[in-house]
Amino acid sequence: MTDLVPLQLAADLFPNGISRYAVGGLLVGLGAAIIYLGTGIAAGASTFLESTLSYVSGQSRFQRYVASRDWRVVFTVGIVLGGAVYAVLFQAGAWTTDVQPWRLLVGGVFVGVGTRVGKGCTSGHGVCGVGSASKTSIVGVVTFLTVAIVTAQLVSELGVSP
Amino acid sequence: MRETERPASSDRHPLFIPLILVGGLVFGFGLGYSHMARPEVVLDFLQFEDLGLLFVMFGGAVVSGLGFFVGPKLFDRAPLTGDHYERRLKSFDRNVLVGGAVFGVGWGLSGICPGAAYASLGVGNVTILWAIAGMFLGAYAQGRWRSRSTATSSATAGAD
Repeated sequence: MTDLVPLQLAADLFPNGISRYAVGGLLVGLGAAIIYLGTGIAAGASTFLESTLSYVSGQSRFQRYVASRDWRVVFTVGIVLGGAVYAVLFQAGAWTTDVQPWRLLVGGVFVGVGTRVGKGCTSGHGVCGVGSASKTSIVGVVTFLTVAIVTAQLVSELGVSP
Repeated sequence: MRETERPASSDRHPLFIPLILVGGLVFGFGLGYSHMARPEVVLDFLQFEDLGLLFVMFGGAVVSGLGFFVGPKLFDRAPLTGDHYERRLKSFDRNVLVGGAVFGVGWGLSGICPGAAYASLGVGNVTILWAIAGMFLGAYAQGRWRSRSTATSSATAGAD
């Protein structure tokens, strides 16, 4: 009977199993590795925000990304298309979130500020930075993960759902 | 900055852009497959209701880490750019903590981060345009503010 306890624990912690997460994560890493092996570029998803703003704003902060802005658009288009390929193959039609628009908009503003000030996001710090064993990225990931856990639990405690 | 050292688009390798597209496709497909493109799944993770997302970040870092390890052993320089392979190392300063905390508030409130937001659009989630609009607003606000402050003091390190 005792060996059922870990099984029950695993079912509680991973109610949807782990294969979709593990396979998906390996593919995310593979996408980053393909680009790195071919070009030497450790691509992050959030620089696209600033590099794309350089098309419409002359601010020096955005203009520094002029040289990379075209391929960053291609990278982002690739990510959108990759999601679409997944949806066509494995999803019955389009999927839309029930998370309230104000949470997405306000959260998005914080993400936009934080990821650029903090030098990276979940892909830049989390995948490429941690993959590089960068101490800066590990500290960055621990910071945003901790704050995100506290924030999400607080918001949930306040009764905001979804 | 490394970005400005890159060759102009005219003398790029013809496979450069196609490779970026393929890498992005695999990356985005992985975000769809892992369900990280769904804010609900990220929020469940942050509320400890489903810890599966640990495997997405950990799995991603392991494979990209393998790439960072293997790249320099396979080739002298990256075949499509001629660049040296470098690890993704950023300088540490207070910004990493401040920015990380601000990012954490946004991620915890919305359940979405930049890469996952793009993939989310791909799976048909048009509602995510609210988050993408917010991200552009936030990136613009900090860029405006920091362009002004770096005009007076010296430039700070780049971000990715």
